[in-house]
Amino acid sequence: MGYKVVVDFDLCESNATCMGIAPDIFEVRDDDFLYILNESPGADQRAKVEEAVERCPKQAISIEES
Amino acid sequence: MVDDVLIIGASLAGLRCATGLRRAGFVGRIVLAGDEPHRPYDRPPLSKQYLAGEWDADRVQLTPEDKWDELDLEFCSGLHAVHLDPATRTVVFEDGSSLSGEALVLATGARPRHLPGTEKNERVHVLRTLHDASALRDVLATEACQVVVIGAGFIGAEVAATARQLGHQVTMIEAATAPMERGLGSEIGAICGQLHVDEGVDLRLSTGVNNVEGSDPAVKIELTDESEIEADVVVVGIGVVPNTEWLEGCGLAIDDGVVADEFCAVAEGIYAAGDVVRWPNPKFGDELMRVEHWENAVEQGGYVARRIMGVETEAFAPVPWFWSDQYSHKLQLAGRPRGTDQMEIIDGSVDEKRFAAVFGREGRLTGVFGLNRPRHVMQYRALINEGASWQDALDFAQGT
Repeated sequence: MGYKVVVDFDLCESNATCMGIAPDIFEVRDDDFLYILNESPGADQRAKVEEAVERCPKQAISIEES
Repeated sequence: MVDDVLIIGASLAGLRCATGLRRAGFVGRIVLAGDEPHRPYDRPPLSKQYLAGEWDADRVQLTPEDKWDELDLEFCSGLHAVHLDPATRTVVFEDGSSLSGEALVLATGARPRHLPGTEKNERVHVLRTLHDASALRDVLATEACQVVVIGAGFIGAEVAATARQLGHQVTMIEAATAPMERGLGSEIGAICGQLHVDEGVDLRLSTGVNNVEGSDPAVKIELTDESEIEADVVVVGIGVVPNTEWLEGCGLAIDDGVVADEFCAVAEGIYAAGDVVRWPNPKFGDELMRVEHWENAVEQGGYVARRIMGVETEAFAPVPWFWSDQYSHKLQLAGRPRGTDQMEIIDGSVDEKRFAAVFGREGRLTGVFGLNRPRHVMQYRALINEGASWQDALDFAQGT
């Protein structure tokens, strides 16, 4: 079963914590906005995504099972 | 295998320990005891959105109702711990009741330092709890007043910014020659101070407070430069003290926090997390550190949960990181810099209020500060985590 990375951009304040944890999935660019590089990462990346969910100061990231 | 965990402190660290236990498959009993009347809530908005009246108290709750039920905690509010017996892991509370657990987590946090003699002055505030924030918010919701902030650390600076944005006159008093000088040095500190001056804050540096007295009709503040100012509201932001009094005499080591080992254990079956603990961080040469940041509470709470479950073998070795939002600016700091470290601005422009600076000591990269530069802070934080040298950081800057 796959999963999808979802960011609530109304909550996101671009602290870039997620990028620090999983730079292959999250990127805060020079415009200071967060971009999701991979919305459907593999199961091997799941632990990293969960850590990003945990450590986001705005609780803006969630995982949607698909 | 432990099947009964008692967490003292209904804090971010305490809650994240509980959620971490459940995530790791813990099906036993979790008791979460706190001395405030509320479920665990989030403190960062208390000096910003909540203080400004933009958010209500529901919005600062850390756990939505359905998730709270899923956690299946025994939550006890209004319990103020006064004594611990480490041998039986029994905690005695002020009301005479007691609780014990097979594993015990100390997460009692810290409380703000007061200016001596002002504790009972109704116009003098500190900011730590939801209760503190509500009291200050009520005052700031009234017509324009003269706000004096004592201490230009991050709490003081955030309160100053919020009060200024609400249209109040703000004076901020700082004993050092620049805000946050001890951690960031005078140059970066001065830049942080200028953010406030640019917004119309009357920033008094190298100025101490001799006396604060009176409340009717205003508070009189006597400064060390012999000037005197009046305030309708005073906010004291001069740091916190860890809540360890209840542990004194029980045999645990107390030294600006309860002292843990590198695995966050303080005794057999007893762990500590969050603002209350000092532990040797192997990432920084086993420097005994107590970290008061949001993210540390999250990480350390989760780490302790994994230790209890026996699924974590590494020492707790984070690179501390925090953020502060002031006006429209985002300030971030990672690492463990000191004001005396060498410093170099490696990206952006101070004039544009958008830059990143790195700190180094004895050839090592020790920290990174960013003003509206989150991307860079995270990149250099990763370098610090890898143990990069000062030269590695400069080379990286050249390459980007």
